[in-house]
Amino acid sequence: MIVSNLIISNLPALIVATPLIMSAIVALLPSGKLAWFVTLLTSLAVFVFSLMNLTTGDGNPVSYALGGWPPPWGIEFISDGASRLMAIIIAGLSVVSTLYAKALFELEIHPSDHARAVGAWLLTMGGLLGLVMTADAFNLFVFLEISALSAVTLVAMGVGVDRRALVAAYNYLIIGAIGATFYVIGVGFCYAVTGTLNMADLAQRLPDSTLAPVFVGLAFMVTGIMVKAAAFPVHMWLPAAYGYAPSAVSSLLSAIATKAAIYVLARIFFTIFSGLPDVTGLILKWVLLPLSIMAMFGGTILAIYEKDLKKLLAQSSIAQIGYITLAFSIATLSSISAGFIHMANHALIKGGMFMAVGAMAAAIGKRANINSIIGLGRAMPWTSAAMLICGLSLIGLPLTAGFISKIYLVMAVLDAGLMLITGLIVLSSALSVLYFWKIVEVMWMRPYQGPAVQENIWIYGPLWMVAAANIFFGVYAKPVVDLSDAAARAITSGALIIGGGL
Amino acid sequence: MDSNIIATHWNYLVVIALMLIGLYMVMSRLNLVKKLIGLAIFQTALFLFYISLGKLAGGTAPIIDASQNYTYSNPLPHVLILTAIVVGVATTALGLALILRIQDAFGTIEEDEILAAKDAEYKDAAAKDANRQFNDQQNNKGDGK
Repeated sequence: MIVSNLIISNLPALIVATPLIMSAIVALLPSGKLAWFVTLLTSLAVFVFSLMNLTTGDGNPVSYALGGWPPPWGIEFISDGASRLMAIIIAGLSVVSTLYAKALFELEIHPSDHARAVGAWLLTMGGLLGLVMTADAFNLFVFLEISALSAVTLVAMGVGVDRRALVAAYNYLIIGAIGATFYVIGVGFCYAVTGTLNMADLAQRLPDSTLAPVFVGLAFMVTGIMVKAAAFPVHMWLPAAYGYAPSAVSSLLSAIATKAAIYVLARIFFTIFSGLPDVTGLILKWVLLPLSIMAMFGGTILAIYEKDLKKLLAQSSIAQIGYITLAFSIATLSSISAGFIHMANHALIKGGMFMAVGAMAAAIGKRANINSIIGLGRAMPWTSAAMLICGLSLIGLPLTAGFISKIYLVMAVLDAGLMLITGLIVLSSALSVLYFWKIVEVMWMRPYQGPAVQENIWIYGPLWMVAAANIFFGVYAKPVVDLSDAAARAITSGALIIGGGL
Repeated sequence: MDSNIIATHWNYLVVIALMLIGLYMVMSRLNLVKKLIGLAIFQTALFLFYISLGKLAGGTAPIIDASQNYTYSNPLPHVLILTAIVVGVATTALGLALILRIQDAFGTIEEDEILAAKDAEYKDAAAKDANRQFNDQQNNKGDGK
C-alpha cells in the first residue's frame, strides 16, 4: 500500500524518469535480445503509469515539484488534461513500436548495436515525455535536445540499409539544433523582462511587461518550435530523416516526435502567452493559418509525385501536421480539441502506415517504392490489409479514426464561420485519395512477379494492433474525444496553477 | 545609430554579430565541419546573451554575506547556460561522429560532392527499376503470344 501510494504521488516524475534511467541500463546490457525485452517492459510500465496518471487529483491538474523545490523557483511538472493525453499517446505508441522493433532491428541494425539502439530509443521516449510533462520553459529546452539528439542517433542507425541515412541524420541534427537555439533565445527575452521561467508564472507576468521584447521572444520561440514540429515551410529535414531511418524508428518518430513539438507550440500560444491574446491572435491568424493551409496542399501534392513509399508517407505527414496546426490556429475551444483528436488519430494512422511499408521493405529486401511493391497486396495479405485500413483512415473514410478527426475539424471550422477553409480541408482530403490510390493500384490491381515472400507475425502483429485501434477509435471515439476536450480546456484555461496540487 | 546604444549595449551587439556570423556559416558553407563550426558560434552567441542578461555592473558572485552590502549578479542565467553548454558539447560531438561516418561512407565531407554521389546512386537505382519494368513488360507480351 505504501509503495502504491508512493508511485501515485510521484507519477509525473516516474513517467519521465523511468525511460531515462532505463535507457542507460539497457545500453549496457550485453545481449541485444535482453535489452529489447527490458525496453518493452519499460515502455509497458510507462504506459501503465500514464494510464494511472489519468485519475490522479480526481481529474484536476496536479503540480509536481521536482526535488521538493516549490515552483516557480524549482522545476515544475504539470499533469493536466493536455499533458495526460500526450503522455498516453506517446507511451501507447511506444509500446507498439517497441514490439514491432524486435524483428525490424534484427533485419536492419547490426546485432552489436541493438542494445545501444534501444538505449537511444528509450532516451527519445523519455525526452518526449519530459517535453509534455514539464511546466518550465528552460527545462523544456533540455528535453527537446535529449529527444532530438537521441532521435538523430536512431536515424543514423539506418546506415545499415542505406548510407544516405547519415546525411539525413546530419541535416536533422543541424536544423534541429538551430530550432532549439531559436527557442532558447525566445525564452531568454521573456526571462529578461519577467525574471521567471515557470510557464504559469510567465503567463501572469508577461502581460505587464514591455511589449517589444515579449513580441520578439514569442517570434523566436514559435519559429524554433515550428522547426521541431516540421511545420511548413521549415519541414525540409523531415522527409529525408523519416525516409532513411530504420523502419521501426520511422514509425516511432512519425507517431510521436512531431506531435510532442506541436503540443509545445500549443502550450506557447495558449498557456505561456495566454495573457496576450491580441498578439498571439495576430500570429495565429496571419502566420500559422496561411502556413498550415500551404502545408496541407504542399505536402499532399509532393506526396502525389513521390515514388519512394517512406518519403511519400513523410510528405503526407507534413500535410497532416498542417491539419493539426490549422486546428490550433483557429483557436476556438472546439478547434483546439479537434487538433488534439487528430494528433491522437494521426499517431495511429502514420505509425501504422510506416510499419506496413517497413514490413514490405523487409519482405522484398529493398526500399519500398511504387515499382518494387507491384502486386504485394496479394503476396502479403496481412500486411497490406492493415495498410489499407490505415490508409482509409488517413483519407478519412467513415468507421475509421481518421473520419472522426476530419468530422470534428470540419465542424469546428464551420462553427468559427470559415466556409472557405472548410472547403480547402475537404479539397485537400480529396487530393490525398490520389496518392493513396496510387499505392492501392500497384499493390492489388497488378500480379505479383517477384520471389515468394513471407510474413512475420512479429511484424504484422503490432501492425494489426494499430490497424485495429484505427477501427476501434473510429467506431467508439468517445475516449479520444473526451480526453481531447479535457486537453483543450486544460491548455486554454490557465490551468497551470503554480504549485496548485501540493 | 545612436552612439549611446553602442556604448551601453555593446555586448548585445557582439551577440547579434556572432549569431548572424554563425547562422550564415551554417547556411553558406558546403564543408560539413565548417557548418558545425558555424553552429557552435551560433550557440556561443546564445551563451553570451544569457550571461550578459545576468550580469550587473559592479555585481559580484552571489554569496550572501549579511554583514556586507554587496550588489549581486543574477546567478540563474549563468547556471542555465551551464546546461546549454553541455547540450552544445553533445550536439557538436554527435555532429563530428556523424561526419566521421559520412567520410567513411561517401569518401568526402563536401556537401555538393555527397549530393552528387547520392544523385548518381538514385539515378542508378531508378534506371535499374525502369529496365526491370521494361523487361517485365516484354516478358508479359511474350507470354501473351
